[in-house]
Amino acid sequence: MSDKDLNVIIATDCGSTTTKAILIEKKGDTYRQTFRGEAPTTVEAPFEDVTCGVKNAIIEVEELSGRKILDGDKVITPNKGNTGVDIYVSTSSAGGGLQMMVAGAVKAMTGESAQRCALGAGAIVMDIIASNDGRADHEKIERIRQLRPDMILLSGGTDGGTITHVVELANFVKAADPKPRLGASYKLPVIFAGNSAARDKIKEILDEKTALMITENLRPVLEKENLMPARHKIHDVFLEHVMQQAPGYPKLMKMVGAPIMPTPMAVGLMTEKFARAKNYNVLAVDIGGATTDVFSVFDTIFNRTVSANLGMSYSVSNVMAEAGVANIMRWLPFKIDEQEVRNRLKNKMIRPTTIPQTVEDLMIEHAVAREALRLALDQHKLLAVGLKGVQQERSISDAFDQTSTGQSLINMMNLNYVIGSGGVLAHSPRRVQSMVLMTDSYQLEGITMLAVDSIFMMPHLGVLSQISEKASLDVFYNDCLIKLGTTIAPVGLAKEGELILEWEIETKEGKKIDGSLRFGEMYLVELKDEEAEITLKPLKGFDAGQGKNSKFKSKIQGGVGGILFDGRGRPLELPKSEQKRVENLTKWFNKINMYPEK
Amino acid sequence: MAHAYTPGLKVLPLTLIKKKRVLPIPGKVLVSVGKEVDALDVVAEAELPGKVYSVNIANRLGCEPSELKNYMLKKEGDAVKKGEVIAETKSFIKFLRSQVEAPITGTIDSVSEITGQVLFREPPKILPLKAYIKGKVVKVEENFGVEIETEGTFIQGIFGIGGETNGEIRVAVQTPNDELLSEDIKDTDKGKIIVGGRHAGLDAIKKAIKVGVHAIVVGGIHDKDLRQLLGYDIGVAVTGSEQLGTTIIVTEGFGQIRMAEYTFKLLKTREGEKASVSGATQIRAGVMRPEIIICGSPKLDVKRKDESRTWMEIGDKVRIIREPYFGLIGKVSKLPPEPTIIPTESHVRVLEVELDGGEKVMVPRANVEILEE
Repeated sequence: MSDKDLNVIIATDCGSTTTKAILIEKKGDTYRQTFRGEAPTTVEAPFEDVTCGVKNAIIEVEELSGRKILDGDKVITPNKGNTGVDIYVSTSSAGGGLQMMVAGAVKAMTGESAQRCALGAGAIVMDIIASNDGRADHEKIERIRQLRPDMILLSGGTDGGTITHVVELANFVKAADPKPRLGASYKLPVIFAGNSAARDKIKEILDEKTALMITENLRPVLEKENLMPARHKIHDVFLEHVMQQAPGYPKLMKMVGAPIMPTPMAVGLMTEKFARAKNYNVLAVDIGGATTDVFSVFDTIFNRTVSANLGMSYSVSNVMAEAGVANIMRWLPFKIDEQEVRNRLKNKMIRPTTIPQTVEDLMIEHAVAREALRLALDQHKLLAVGLKGVQQERSISDAFDQTSTGQSLINMMNLNYVIGSGGVLAHSPRRVQSMVLMTDSYQLEGITMLAVDSIFMMPHLGVLSQISEKASLDVFYNDCLIKLGTTIAPVGLAKEGELILEWEIETKEGKKIDGSLRFGEMYLVELKDEEAEITLKPLKGFDAGQGKNSKFKSKIQGGVGGILFDGRGRPLELPKSEQKRVENLTKWFNKINMYPEK
Repeated sequence: MAHAYTPGLKVLPLTLIKKKRVLPIPGKVLVSVGKEVDALDVVAEAELPGKVYSVNIANRLGCEPSELKNYMLKKEGDAVKKGEVIAETKSFIKFLRSQVEAPITGTIDSVSEITGQVLFREPPKILPLKAYIKGKVVKVEENFGVEIETEGTFIQGIFGIGGETNGEIRVAVQTPNDELLSEDIKDTDKGKIIVGGRHAGLDAIKKAIKVGVHAIVVGGIHDKDLRQLLGYDIGVAVTGSEQLGTTIIVTEGFGQIRMAEYTFKLLKTREGEKASVSGATQIRAGVMRPEIIICGSPKLDVKRKDESRTWMEIGDKVRIIREPYFGLIGKVSKLPPEPTIIPTESHVRVLEVELDGGEKVMVPRANVEILEE
């Protein structure tokens, strides 16, 4: 469909709890998001039909906009006057999203490639089975049987290489005789994307017991990944098998004008489009109640990870278990008993929809958020190892050392833009809170621009970008992103109070402001939603992005927060003594007016 | 009228209770519609496929995987006994022959000419499915399970540990505000469901486990104690499979929180009767809360209540479920429709609660739950 024929668009995202609809209209030459509606998702009993929630959300848009969009179960197309839309698109993560198990011959090689492949397709990877994963054979079989994934991605072996390991894995799958999560009487879909020489043998083993599909090898040679064919196959299976079993999805698939996409896949796509359009290195995070998704594009290489048990409500207690209570408590600017923090977080876990009423409680939530974001990024760094989805070549020598070479890919100094979404970042009462949460947990370095997607529109825009890149980018810049501002954090360590940076900002109107930053201090400079030029002159061996003590000019972005000058040094080390730590945190938070007075 | 964001926990003296009892894999249903069953009766059973063991026989015999079939004495599907020779190399001289014995008693699942591996499978295990509650079978889902119906008391907790069990109810404290102490638990409590008040500490829980108490029902526990009992921190609230020896049901939350008067009194009226309890909790899609089910009518003047309201009205009894009033119970006295700024500066919908002592407080609507009595 050309942009000429595309004037009115309705898009929905069916989440686990809420279905959100947005209306996009072309105003002059630009697409803008004009109305939105939401309704509870209706996948579970008593409705068990996702389209009820979709229709309710669209009806809200109809009421607000005065445009008639629905005719019974159908979306009216094309738009004429005040009736209908030109296209309806949707994403979905309801019912637990897409859950997969992957298998590869060697855990750090084809196992990791298969994991990247599944994650990029928007799946949650429940487990990775590999010949060398350290478990006994019967444990692997037991595990395959216990987990009831939506599908299995089986890889292993380079083309023409040994087929022994992948045949062994196929035998384990056969012995486990696993059942799919939805539709117990159906055969479990298995996608084989391994050594092409093993195809006949794999067919012989798995054809009868599973719904076997064969696609190109995702690791045809050791130094090359070829993830796209398997990723497309996953999407096909998602639409043809998984979605068909989910309540109401066959109906939804008839309503849409383009294939339904798993929500994370759409967010990933939007992140990639934004990074490419601006030529930025981008990190996008969606911190939800149960899971945290991290997307990155560094030097055009896209990666996605999902931390299935790091979140702010259902998984809040798991953040405590993984980070440790002490790491959460280090962010609190007051003294509190450990038992009290433990009980409060467990109470949030069992009553996940409650919200903080006191400032103290909000600070505890923010402390948990910092640790959840930090852990999710740590997990992301382990998997973001530099092989691009389509095809990327690496030399034989570093193919054996994937994880360590991968770690160098996420370089905080080279990061240009961070986008946060999810309740704690998108709806923080003061926007500066979101800025500081992301600055602290990611330990941003040099110059980093920050924004939040306040109503989580990225899924809608991601699926729309397949139809019209212009429409999705227009809405992304103008309506989706709430620009927070820029964090300036020179890297280095010094004595408290030492001068570490001099700076000057020149706005577009030619107005100049300047200042300096001392070690151990943090402050905000107001700069509204506009671009400006900054000159940075780091001192005392500090590096603001161009090397130690190197003076340079760069573009920065203002926003509702402003420019955050962070002179606490990198790596950021909080004082060991509780009293000094509480003093410092109180000083920083007060200086930037982060919280209301208690 | 306004929606309560957190549905309340049910504490119903008399209601219709329906329980689906479903096998994890297809099996055999042993009862038919209309049959009266007891909590411990087996209503369905399934054969769990036996464990699989692998042995690389080609390696053990020192032959190529492709030659393996020439040396196998058994083929796929054959039954084998532990220690039985199942593969042997050929040689005229006996001591030059290599042999491989079956590692288990069971059957041969597969023989691979690619890997040289042979998979052995143990005989299937029978998985029995108990009725869990006393009642009548009202529905049979062929090969999968049944639905059982009964009339009785139904009480939900907020969080639990441990699986399904049953036993006689004994209330071990005087008031809902009492701490359940280890000395409150007697040797005669073996096999019973013990009801405490606001809190049970580590000592009391350990004593219950030692005595063989089937379950403890209490207002609150400390997370620190739970960690010590389990040896790990519970990350995600999916419980029910813990093997503590005693099922724990928390009715109010973590900390020391007086058990709701109504819940305590209701349990007191049913003291001495048999209850079915489950600690299984799941707080995500398909929420599952721990529960106490006591069949039959309590000695109270109550009418059966099957439907619950999903909205909130002035006068409704609510429990506040977040600081700074966590655990307090009161009545809704105002429901202002407009969003209000709370101390964190968030704009949210709030309500006014008149606490039991008469004090009135404003709280976000998300921070209360209706007491469904």
